[in-house]
Amino acid sequence: MSKGISRRRLFGLGAASVAAVGAGAVVTRSFAEEPVAHAASASDPVSFYGPHQAGVTTPAQDRLHFVAFDVITKNKADLVELLQEWTAAAARMTQGKDAGTFGAVGGAPEAPPDDTGEALGLPASGLTLTVGFGPSLFDERFGLGDRRPPALADLPAFPGEDLQPEISGGDICVQACAHDPQVAVHAIRNLARIGFGKVSVRYSQLGFGRTSSTSRAQATPRNLMGFKDGTNNLKLEDTAMLRDHLWAAPGDGPAWMDGGTYLVTRKIRMHIETWDRAPLAEQEAIFGRDKGKGAPLTGHGEFDAPDFAKKGPDGTPVIAGNAHVRLAHPDAHGGARLLRRGYNFVDGSDGLGRLDAGLFFMAYQRDPRKQFVPIQRMLSQKDALNEYIKHVSSGLFACPPGVTDGGDYWGRTLFA
Amino acid sequence: MRTPIVLAAAALTLAGLTACSSTGSGTTTEATAAGDGKITVAATDTECKVAKSDLAAGTSTFSITNNGSKVTEFYVYATGDRVMGEVENIVPGLTREVVVELPAGVYETACKPGMTGKGIRGPLKVSGEHKPLTGDAKLAEAVASYKRYIKSQSDTLLDKTKEFTEAVKAGDVAKAKELYPVARTYWERIEPVAEVFGDLDPAIDARENDVPDGEEWTGFHRIEKDLWVKKDVGGDGPIADKLMTDVNTIVTKAATVDLSPVQLANGAKGLLDEVATGKITGEEDRYSHTDLWDFDANLQGSKAAVQALRPVLEERDAELVKTLDAKFADAENALAAHRSGDGWKLHTDLSKDDLRALSDAINALAEPISKVASVVAR
Repeated sequence: MSKGISRRRLFGLGAASVAAVGAGAVVTRSFAEEPVAHAASASDPVSFYGPHQAGVTTPAQDRLHFVAFDVITKNKADLVELLQEWTAAAARMTQGKDAGTFGAVGGAPEAPPDDTGEALGLPASGLTLTVGFGPSLFDERFGLGDRRPPALADLPAFPGEDLQPEISGGDICVQACAHDPQVAVHAIRNLARIGFGKVSVRYSQLGFGRTSSTSRAQATPRNLMGFKDGTNNLKLEDTAMLRDHLWAAPGDGPAWMDGGTYLVTRKIRMHIETWDRAPLAEQEAIFGRDKGKGAPLTGHGEFDAPDFAKKGPDGTPVIAGNAHVRLAHPDAHGGARLLRRGYNFVDGSDGLGRLDAGLFFMAYQRDPRKQFVPIQRMLSQKDALNEYIKHVSSGLFACPPGVTDGGDYWGRTLFA
Repeated sequence: MRTPIVLAAAALTLAGLTACSSTGSGTTTEATAAGDGKITVAATDTECKVAKSDLAAGTSTFSITNNGSKVTEFYVYATGDRVMGEVENIVPGLTREVVVELPAGVYETACKPGMTGKGIRGPLKVSGEHKPLTGDAKLAEAVASYKRYIKSQSDTLLDKTKEFTEAVKAGDVAKAKELYPVARTYWERIEPVAEVFGDLDPAIDARENDVPDGEEWTGFHRIEKDLWVKKDVGGDGPIADKLMTDVNTIVTKAATVDLSPVQLANGAKGLLDEVATGKITGEEDRYSHTDLWDFDANLQGSKAAVQALRPVLEERDAELVKTLDAKFADAENALAAHRSGDGWKLHTDLSKDDLRALSDAINALAEPISKVASVVAR
């Protein structure tokens, strides 16, 4: 009775016609080697299975739909069952199939379809679904207290932040990234539906225009302030640095997180209108980079290393003491780095004639206590950019290791 | 528990199964089995004395006298609170009767002083011969059972609408305000049936923004606005008369409507959709803010439709029945947190967190309910 139809097959798009576009990297379920297999073209699927979750080092897709859930069931078995159902649906959807086995149009006419249908006819579009567990999941409800990783310590308060609780935190997050926004939204919508009665959507966020590159094959994109962002990001090809800065290793904390990573999210509202009135020279001084090419003010090319010691004719540093590039640079934090994977957002306007816009910052790392926290502490105290931004939400999640195969599920290492 | 039912197909017509009558007697009746075979029920604000708790299978007549100070209701429930028979709106001093056809099985009786809550329950055992029914007959019985429910609700809807419209015509704003959510309760429980008659539903229940340009806005919500915003119903006589006429018409039509089991299932889902889109948001009763009365009524109406289908569902998908029981209980508990006296808190008294919890409970219930139709159609 299984009528699982690949959306692509249903509409007659042969795999070959798509593969011809790419470099011929065939997506398979082989996951023995890093880096994880990734899509050869924007429409191809990304492998769901692997030692690490997809959607971290996967070259950043264009679109985001991020969701945080509150768990409302009090029953641990219900929660585990949900994670298993979610994993099965995620494995299907990331391969361009319907969420359920009957699909959007294959079920009984009297029954609601087990897929919502808006992705019919769309290819996998590089969809990745990445799950994480927030600190609140480790409270008394499910007896997970002693499994909470020390690295999942609540973030401290940072100066100047104005966090709204209703769009912060969450017991479980899912990051859906795809090259097609409809595919990302479809995935989250179907997961939320599967979860009714067990989880409740706390907040969700749409994003566009990836603001970081996570592969050297990708050009560095721009944020809504018009600057290239993430030039110095951790990238897929930096195997040694990924090991040191991204993936939790045996001995770091509880074994269930080995091969996992920690995600920090911050919704950063930009005061777009005042920023747009700032002179170019001020904008460049604030970032410490040239707006056109993205080169540091002390260099010529985007990837030139900034020279923080260099002084101008007046004896002051060319890159100011409070410039963003200086304060965020690994040199200022004993080499600490992040894998940033943020997206621009515009949530319409705010009723005062201003765009409700900014950056939905997301950064993956091995230990937020040694990476995001010291970096943000410094930025929040000194960054010249603070005049134009405000952090309005915060999230912290432990993203478990990857799903190894069809018998595995999201969070098995935590719950088993 | 399955409840095999002794019923010839011909007996599945509505009229024979449940009949209510009022005797208007104000005398206090002790709970005894009367000589005419009627089972007397002596109801007060705290007691519900049913003369017999052991019956023979077949037709029984319960005669309920309200000796208390609150308006009461009487129910006979099968497992899962499936309504086998009920009589509503028994005012203090009144005796009303209800005829119930009960196959062998275990039941509960309940009086509901104040017409709220789970009521004062008592056990009822019915024994005797029975023949097993075929699947089709079970579906037919489900429809008949739901029609009994429609009948009892429509009777009271007529009574309460009459009281409400009379208060409006008398210009008694305070009394009309009190009766508004009560009359709507009976309407909201059976609204999916009313919606079968497309043109009457808007005439009775349209919101101001539902009415096309150039057409007159009539019905409950028109009067609601005058009661709460204008605080004057002086000019609403014709509107009240039309409402009464329309409700009369719809009740007459509802008595003859043919329902299919799948329609029952979809009606159960439809009522929860009403909750999700109209009541959680406070759009339904935007002037009176009595949305929780409607919420509760929708929930009860949905449950009545699902419970009518229960014997079929238990046979075909017992797991689904368990889920539905649990989720109905969760939703009822979530709502019960907002009780206020015999009624409910106003929508405006609920916080965003309260509303989200209610929304979560309805979503949790509506998903399994959306599966009922395909199980019934199998």
